[in-house]
Amino acid sequence: MQVLLRQLAHSRSGDKGNTSNIAVIAYHADLYPFIREQLSVERMKARYDGLVRGPIKRYAVDRLGVLNFVCEGALGGGVSRNLCLDNYGKTLASAVLDLQIEIPDELASKLR
Amino acid sequence: MSIRIGSGSGWWGDRISPAEQSAREGRLDFLCFETMAEATISTAQVRARADASFPGYDTYLEDRMAAVLPHCVKNGTKIISNQGWINPVGAAQKVREMLDEMGCSHWKVAAITGAQVTDAVSSAGGTILETGADMTILGDSIISAEAYLGSDAIVEALRDGADVVITGRVADPSLFLAAMIYAFHWSLGDVTRLAQGSAIGHLLECGAQLTGGYFADPGVKDIPEPWNLGFPIAEVAEDGTAVFSKIAGTGGLLNRETVLEQMFYEVHDPANYITPDVVVDFTTAVIEEIEPDRIRVSGVSGKPTTDSYKVSIGAREGFIGEDMFFYAGPGARQKAELAKIILRERFKIVGLKAEDVRMDILGVDAIHGAATPALSCEPYEVAVRVAARCLEKVEALKVGREVDGMAVSGIASTGKRVPFQERVREVIGIWSTLVDKDRVTAKVQYF
Repeated sequence: MQVLLRQLAHSRSGDKGNTSNIAVIAYHADLYPFIREQLSVERMKARYDGLVRGPIKRYAVDRLGVLNFVCEGALGGGVSRNLCLDNYGKTLASAVLDLQIEIPDELASKLR
Repeated sequence: MSIRIGSGSGWWGDRISPAEQSAREGRLDFLCFETMAEATISTAQVRARADASFPGYDTYLEDRMAAVLPHCVKNGTKIISNQGWINPVGAAQKVREMLDEMGCSHWKVAAITGAQVTDAVSSAGGTILETGADMTILGDSIISAEAYLGSDAIVEALRDGADVVITGRVADPSLFLAAMIYAFHWSLGDVTRLAQGSAIGHLLECGAQLTGGYFADPGVKDIPEPWNLGFPIAEVAEDGTAVFSKIAGTGGLLNRETVLEQMFYEVHDPANYITPDVVVDFTTAVIEEIEPDRIRVSGVSGKPTTDSYKVSIGAREGFIGEDMFFYAGPGARQKAELAKIILRERFKIVGLKAEDVRMDILGVDAIHGAATPALSCEPYEVAVRVAARCLEKVEALKVGREVDGMAVSGIASTGKRVPFQERVREVIGIWSTLVDKDRVTAKVQYF
């Protein structure tokens, strides 16, 4: 079944300079492998196309069920230079949650 | 033996009443305040030059201290705070004055200086980490440069009997780690304990972001009484493991999910989170839900830290002018689109010289820009928000002037605010570099 990432995981973004990190955290260990497999750097680049202007690097922390995406060039030059109203990029973490992830039907009970 | 460390603020603008509640009821040994963002020092420098009455420390210093000092004195809770900004001595003297007025002359206040390295960095040069360019290209646009100091000077002050320690720039986790090193006599070579302690500090440094703040997502991640969030408290054992909790009866939530969100907040490589004290590896962390709103964190590992301090440099880069106006009802978005065209032409007429201009329609794509999905229906109301970054203030002021013009020379039903706020702000660009630790000397003074 196809489900929104929002039902599998939660996310938070943080700023440092012109870089935003977006941590994607699985609600359940059984869901994490599907997120890890399908939420690639390429998919993140496509979702944030035009918004994140630099490279994206992914750190997978399997023991904790977390993917940490480090997105360079995401903050319009940095918080103080950013012409976007969301100077700190606090809202960036939410965009990823509308991506679709394919999971086995039997995991439906683990979804939010 | 264990110690209880409370978080008193997650940033300058944070709420004060939860800190007071933790000071009153939290049985705290230490209460730590984190009040600085990346641009705090340079913004304070600009303000200090323009405004002789600005003391250079946290503008809420007196409010925060008035709220917690009576409880801290009564309960024997030491305070560690980075509210000193560019004037830790002035902040310490203010706290001294407040303590004396309370009849607490026995309480000792320390100020830690030495983080400001503007002259050293300006003269010695170095590489700008973001661009690889030499710092000399910044020339006299540099306003300030400050090193992120570690825990050592705070520990020294505590060992000398300080009850309140006021710092300028210090790495956020170090404010908390200092309390642990002091209380448990941890060796500076014990990287596991230093890493575990720094992780505890990292989890506490943003206040309610550990206990349900910056977290609620209605219907998916709900939070009890989100208006009443308690600030986190860590009960730290000598081995560096900690149990996080909040005051009973407060709102918010403390669970594996809130802890994980904060653990990765502002972290890049989770196996190599560099602080002045240690390199933290979060990937080995063990998070256990002991009971509702009580979480144990252990297992964090570490490596010896580097020989350099990170330095944050603030440089003058110009001005941003910005304003907004509104449309509602049928055709609101079409009016906003026409307004953008009008403004673009008027900026040409007045010869706006800008490095960058941005016009957004709030309610459509102002926040996620090009990454916004296609509209599924017409918004009933929208705002047009205009911003331009300019080298000269006189240019940035043109943004607000042309938005004013939209009032009577614009489109039907243009909603506009009374101009109640400054519509131009100075841009202090932030750059980073590294400086050898042996070139920076922290100094402790007592009051």
